[in-house]
Amino acid sequence: MNPSGTAVFEITGLNYRYDKVPALNGLSLKIGRGERIALLGANGSGKSTLLRILDALAFGDKGEVKFFGSPLTPQSMEDESFAYDFRRKVGLVFQNPDVQLFNPTVFDEVAFGPLQMGWTHGKVNEAVTRALEGMEIAHLWDRAPHRLSGGEKKRVAIASVLVLDPEVVLLDEPTVTLDPKSQSQVIDLLVDWKSGAKTVITATHQLELVDAIADKCFVMQQGQIMATGTPAEILSDGDLLLRTNLVHSHRHTHDGVTHSHPHVHGPGGHSHTH
Amino acid sequence: MSQHKFLSGTIGGFTHALQHALESEELARVDGWLQRLDPRVKLVGLLALVVATAASRKLSVVLLIFAVALVMAMASHVQWKTLFTRVWLPVLGFTGVIAVPAIFLTPGEVFWRSPFGVVHVTHAGLRAAAMLVSRVETAATMSTLLILCTPWTHVLKALRSLHVPVEIVAILMMTHRYVYLLIETANEMFVARQSRMVGRLDAATQRRVATRTGGVLLSKTVQLGEEVHLAMQARGFRGDVRLLDQFRMETRDYAALMLLLGITAAALYVGH
Repeated sequence: MNPSGTAVFEITGLNYRYDKVPALNGLSLKIGRGERIALLGANGSGKSTLLRILDALAFGDKGEVKFFGSPLTPQSMEDESFAYDFRRKVGLVFQNPDVQLFNPTVFDEVAFGPLQMGWTHGKVNEAVTRALEGMEIAHLWDRAPHRLSGGEKKRVAIASVLVLDPEVVLLDEPTVTLDPKSQSQVIDLLVDWKSGAKTVITATHQLELVDAIADKCFVMQQGQIMATGTPAEILSDGDLLLRTNLVHSHRHTHDGVTHSHPHVHGPGGHSHTH
Repeated sequence: MSQHKFLSGTIGGFTHALQHALESEELARVDGWLQRLDPRVKLVGLLALVVATAASRKLSVVLLIFAVALVMAMASHVQWKTLFTRVWLPVLGFTGVIAVPAIFLTPGEVFWRSPFGVVHVTHAGLRAAAMLVSRVETAATMSTLLILCTPWTHVLKALRSLHVPVEIVAILMMTHRYVYLLIETANEMFVARQSRMVGRLDAATQRRVATRTGGVLLSKTVQLGEEVHLAMQARGFRGDVRLLDQFRMETRDYAALMLLLGITAAALYVGH
C-alpha cells in the first residue's frame, strides 16, 4: 500500500449483482485524501453496496477498485499484513447499529476492533476510554449494547469504529432513525472533520445534511454516478434532484389554485422552489 | 387455542427465551466457585466429568457425579430451580421418549407384570432406563454449569487456547449471535403481526400463517446473521477470539483442576 498516492479510492467500470439483480453498473469514481464526500441517492440506488465494496466486504463482478493504488480484491485481503493495514485505516459505520453490536458490554464492544488489531491491553483501555468520552457515552461502559436506546446504540457503533482512529471513515445513513438530539450530535461530529485530517464518505438521502458534512457529492441512481459536484452545484440543480428521486413533487393550494413543485425537507422545516 | 392466546403465548415464549439468555450472562459475572475459576480449568474439568459420566457402567457412580454437579451448582449460586426448568425437565422429556420403551422391552427378570400379562417391567429394563436418564441429566447439568458460570466469549477463548480449530470457534461465536437475532427477530415479527390482526383465525389459517412466518423468519435472520459477520470483519475479525481479560492460572485453579480430574479418574476406575 502506498499512502503517499493521490487517490484513496479509485474505481473503474465496477459492476456488482445481488444474484441476478444489478446493484452497480459500470461505476467509476475517484476519491482524494482528506475529501468529505456525500453519496446521494434514493433507496436502492447502490449507495450501501458501494460502501461495502469500499470496505472490502464485497467485491465487484467486473471492474477494478484500488486503495492507495493497490488493488482491493479477495486475494489482497487474504494477505495478513495488507488486511491489517486496510482494517486499521478504513472504518465503516453500518446503517443498522444492531448488526454492529455483538459484545456483552459497551466497553467490550468498543474494544473489539483494537483487540483484533493486536494492540496491548494498556493501549486498548486508553483508546476505548477516549472513544467513549468523545461520544459522551462513558457512563454506559458496562451496559449491554442491545439494551440501549436507538441513539445510544448509534453512538456506540460510531465509537467502535472511531476508536481505531481510521484515516477513512465510511458512514451509511448515519442520522436515519435518530431523535433530533442524537442527529445533531452525529452532524456536529461530521462537521468537526472539516479539517481534512480524515477522508469521510457518507451515504445519505437527507439533502439538508449535505452542505454541512460534505465538500463534494456523487449523485447515484441505478448503480451509476449521475452527477458530481459541490453541494451548492448539486442542490441548485432541481431537475437532477427530481430525476434521481432526491426531492419529490409537492402538491398544494395557493388562493384556490392547486399546483405542484419540488419539495425538500430541511432541519428548519421544508423549502419549496416555485 | 384462540388466535390471541396462540400469538401472545408465542411472544411470551420468545421473550422468556431472550430473558434466559440475558440472565446467563449475568450469572456468569456473579462471585461463585465456578465463576472464579480460570475458564480453561472449567472447560477441561467439567468435560472430563462428562466423559466419566458417559464411560461409567455403574448407576451409583453416575449419581455420585450428579451429586458433585449439585454441590458445584450450590457453590456457584446457580439455583436448582434454574437447573430444573432449563435442564432436568426438558432432558427428562427427551430421554424419556427413548427410556420408557426400554423399561418394557428389555428382556430379563420380571419386576412387575400388568393384569392379564399384557406388559411387564424387567429389572434390566429399569436399570437401562435409569442409566440412560441419569447419564444424560448429569452430562447436561455439567455442560449447563459451564455455560451459566462462564461468559460465552471466555468459553470460546478457552476453546482456542486448547487448540480447537479457529473455524469451529468462529462457527460457535456466530451461532450464539445468530440465536439472539433469531429470538429478537421472531419476537418483533409476532408483535407486528399481532398488532395488525382483528378477529379469530381458524386452525388451518393459523397453521398456514405459522409456516409462512417461519420461512420469512429464517430468511430474515440469515440475512441479519450475514450482516453481523460483515460488521465483525469490518473491524478486523479474522476468526480468532481476542479479549481484554487475560487468563491466568492461580493456586486455586490448579487445586480445582486436580480435584475435578481426581474425581474423574476415580469415577472411571470405579465405574468401569
